[in-house]
Amino acid sequence: MVQVSSASTAPTPAQARGTLAAEALPLGIFLVLAVLPLVALSMGGSYLVSLGARVMIFAIAAVALDLLVGYGGLISFGHAAFIGLGAYAVGILAAHGIGDALIALPAALALSALYAFLTGIVCLRTSGVYFIMITLAFGQMAFFTATSLAPYGGDDGLTIAARSTFAGLALIKNERAFYYLVFACLLGSYLFCRALVVSRFGRVLRGAKDNPLRMAAIGFNVYRFQLAAYVIAGTLGGLSGFLLANATEFVSPAYMSWQRSGELIVMVLLGGLGTLNGAIIGTAAYLLTEEWLSGFTENWKVIFGPVLVLVVLFARGGLIGLWSELQRRLRGG
Amino acid sequence: MSTTLLVVQILNGLQLGVLLFLIAAGLTLVFGVMDFINLAHGVQYMLGAYLAVAFYGVTGNFLAALVLALAAALAFGLLLEFVVFRQLYGRDHLDHVIATFGIILFLNHGVKMIWGAAPLSLPMPELLSGSVRLADGLLYPVWRLVVIAAGLAVAAALYVLVAHTRIGMLVRAGATNAAMVSALGVDIRRLFMIVFGFGAMLAGFAGIMIAPILSVEPGMGDTVLILAFVVIVIGGIGSIRGAFLAALLIGLVDTLGRSFAVDILRLVMGPSPARTVGPAIASMLIYLLMAVVLYVRPTGLFPARGR
Repeated sequence: MVQVSSASTAPTPAQARGTLAAEALPLGIFLVLAVLPLVALSMGGSYLVSLGARVMIFAIAAVALDLLVGYGGLISFGHAAFIGLGAYAVGILAAHGIGDALIALPAALALSALYAFLTGIVCLRTSGVYFIMITLAFGQMAFFTATSLAPYGGDDGLTIAARSTFAGLALIKNERAFYYLVFACLLGSYLFCRALVVSRFGRVLRGAKDNPLRMAAIGFNVYRFQLAAYVIAGTLGGLSGFLLANATEFVSPAYMSWQRSGELIVMVLLGGLGTLNGAIIGTAAYLLTEEWLSGFTENWKVIFGPVLVLVVLFARGGLIGLWSELQRRLRGG
Repeated sequence: MSTTLLVVQILNGLQLGVLLFLIAAGLTLVFGVMDFINLAHGVQYMLGAYLAVAFYGVTGNFLAALVLALAAALAFGLLLEFVVFRQLYGRDHLDHVIATFGIILFLNHGVKMIWGAAPLSLPMPELLSGSVRLADGLLYPVWRLVVIAAGLAVAAALYVLVAHTRIGMLVRAGATNAAMVSALGVDIRRLFMIVFGFGAMLAGFAGIMIAPILSVEPGMGDTVLILAFVVIVIGGIGSIRGAFLAALLIGLVDTLGRSFAVDILRLVMGPSPARTVGPAIASMLIYLLMAVVLYVRPTGLFPARGR
């Protein structure tokens, strides 16, 4: 624990070279994402561009979830609800003829932030396994509420006529323009979470993960910090939902099913918990595996389920953990 | 709302309640004794139903199918414990969540590959397939009464088992302080295995009993699992008594809410908005109930002592 926090808060000179190597990974990730549309479109395929956008949309939610799970130790099993709320804000407003992002985006963020605040007040009074189950239950509550919204499609979901406009301009109608909007959102969310993690706020959050009692004894109101983190993560989930609704031009209760929440946790864990980069890599790994395996069989999860069990049993640091293990071995350390 | 309808819905609520209890009992014991979160408990309920359908297809006899499916559910639970879960005791809760989530994915899609995605049905025993007249103009299906009776019988048996036998004493002791029980010379691994297998069998039993009423389909365990979570969270994790009372409460509140929400809302608003808002409120009701209970008592109504 001590080692982790010192490495990310106050790099000593000896670690400076290591820090540079550590920066190579996020730089590489965003570089690849930045040039992807240029390469893909020159090969004439827009399929890769929309797949890339989809990966980045879920990566925003996964990065936010990593803030909660990886740094706060708060295993939220209802994170998909925020994506759904953000998406429904877009869908419902569009159904009433309001298709402008200048209204839809703040509405999506506000709705998910409000839901995070209200449920967070209750959830964070509990801890450990209670917290897991309660976030799960609140996620289901949002899910079932969406399925009973008969005027907005109920179970079947809701088709959105067109992508959001910006002050009346159809800025993201173009696939590539939309891709770069998503890219900017992911980059912004990532940098924001990174800054947050190393700030005083982030240190309190991580301290509370290790020992909430001790943090309280030092004089921090742990509950407030956790609630703030929960609202921030929820709001970013809403941002992801806003983008998802625009990507698919469709909203459905399935966005907030508890399996989705489980998948988000898997994405974070697959990449490596508490690294933020890992959340992006994990999301890409998960969605690309899905894309690849579902080409063979409709029931690809029969293969993927046991893989998850194996990851838990044998590869606890996720892909990032495997990577650093590999580096360590190569250096002969 | 007529009295007859109210009685019928109360019985339906009881039936949902005892069903939830059968599932929640295993879940709360496994968590209480082993500190293990088993998301895969819901698929064990689903598996019970599928096994019963399969064995019915072979034997053509409900009772034989029931016995065989119970044995198979027990065996499968023990197998899961031996192969996967045993390695995970004492690990982080997140590891439990991910591993059991993987098992859910595997089994949900596994049954789809074996039996297909279409819903199956299990015919109920001829003798119990009719309806019984409870009062004037009040007919109620016998099988639902059987489910209620079976659930209550299991609850009573569990009470005797946990409160008045040696193994029950060990289970209670394990829920309070597993390390101490182990130090006193009890084979805690064997105890864990027994509790786990027993919980899996109870969930399977619930699946078998409900199969004649509901359709047997992949994913049928997921909804029930989350309701069971709500139940054990309200009841207090590790407490059988809490699970029993909370299960009945949730069963009644959910069923009555769904039947009467629109009617009640009509008292305060027009029929058209009531029809829109009613179902939404009805489906939120049990979660709101949970939120209120937890706000007042963060460890549930009947927290198991010692934790």
